[in-house]
Amino acid sequence: MENEGQEKESEIVTEVNLKEDFQASGVADILAELDNSLIGLTPVKTRIKETASLLLVDKAREKLGLVNESPTLHMSFSGNPGTGKTTVALKMANLLFRLGYVRKGHLVTVTRDDLVGQYIGHTAPKTKEVLKKAMGGVLFIDEAYYLYRPENERDYGQEAIEILLQVMENNRDDLVVILAGYKDKMDKFFESNPGFRSRIAHHIDFPDYSNNELLEIAEVMVASMNYQFNEESKKAMAEYIKIRKKQPHFANARSIRNAIDRARLRQANRVFNNSKGPIGASFLSQIEDIDIRQSRVFSGGIDK
Amino acid sequence: MRVTQGTFSFLPDFTDQQIHEQVQYCIDNGWAVSIEYTDDPHPRNTYWEMWGHPMFDNPDAAAVVYELNECRKVYGSYYIRIIAFDSSPGWESIRLSFIVNRPSEEPGFKLSRTEVKGRNIQYSITPYSSDKPQGSRYK
Repeated sequence: MENEGQEKESEIVTEVNLKEDFQASGVADILAELDNSLIGLTPVKTRIKETASLLLVDKAREKLGLVNESPTLHMSFSGNPGTGKTTVALKMANLLFRLGYVRKGHLVTVTRDDLVGQYIGHTAPKTKEVLKKAMGGVLFIDEAYYLYRPENERDYGQEAIEILLQVMENNRDDLVVILAGYKDKMDKFFESNPGFRSRIAHHIDFPDYSNNELLEIAEVMVASMNYQFNEESKKAMAEYIKIRKKQPHFANARSIRNAIDRARLRQANRVFNNSKGPIGASFLSQIEDIDIRQSRVFSGGIDK
Repeated sequence: MRVTQGTFSFLPDFTDQQIHEQVQYCIDNGWAVSIEYTDDPHPRNTYWEMWGHPMFDNPDAAAVVYELNECRKVYGSYYIRIIAFDSSPGWESIRLSFIVNRPSEEPGFKLSRTEVKGRNIQYSITPYSSDKPQGSRYK
């Protein structure tokens, strides 16, 4: 595949077939996978599709000799916890790899701890080490705003930011940096670090899930664990979501995952206590509404 | 006199792109790549100074080229080589080693002959540059 591309480039190209390029790059598969595997997130999907077409067109323009600077691909994902930022980042890495904008397509996920050192002179090598590991792929910095601590002027985070900015600018072809975090904190972070804002081309907001989307997610999660809901337990789950959403520390899909994990715990307990004879697979994988309704959420408490 | 050591030594000096591709080949084979520098070009000077650790877990060669350019900033007038270690035999063995940076002027080597017992001759070579102390040999 790669050799073919190189041969084509050496000839003089006068026209390109975008549809063919699209097919050949395998981007279609990723976009379809994105559509199928992620529930909701319509604005995010639209932005990713737009980005993908832009990159595809850029590649085509390059083939025709309409030279443009290699685009800035650094991104920022902002949204509440559990809205799928990491999952999308992983898909993004794969997408950029298929489009030929990163060479390896691996995702390196880091937080402040991995970048910032503990004593003078520790930060620069640590940050560089991480950056080198991410070269050829995507560096995903979760909760990026913790890098900047205005209240402590001797904080080493500033040093990490400077190195990061330098590499983001000079090694643009080598790695793509994705910053992620809560929206309000990210906004504040960009305000105090204008260098970051201007170096990031794509700001993508992750909306919260609606109740129906969360229920759909719950069903997908349950199915992936080889369990199943029945009508009553589905109804109970819907009610659970409604109540839990209003409580503090609600983390979208992550809260749903935790709720399901606890329901499985109660289900296991119930099955164990009630089983008298041999039981079948369907009994073992059935989540009843009682398993969900026993949650503290229904009695006014909080599930963490 | 152009010092030739290691792999590709009779080829013209590589560009960064060519270095990138050779290093990527090493990484794809699972070898750990590291950068070393020296200002003593004697062929028996096996152990050069290490520039950072060997890079074990970088999947892409861009990291090595990046470090190489960092090294050039500091030791741009020294010899710099890239070596690839293969640990699969159970010990660290060098699979590939090539010079990626050299001083602009290479004065070469002095050949000295010593007559020993029975009119035998012992030969030895000394780099002209090593007359000066380490660190001030190439400018």
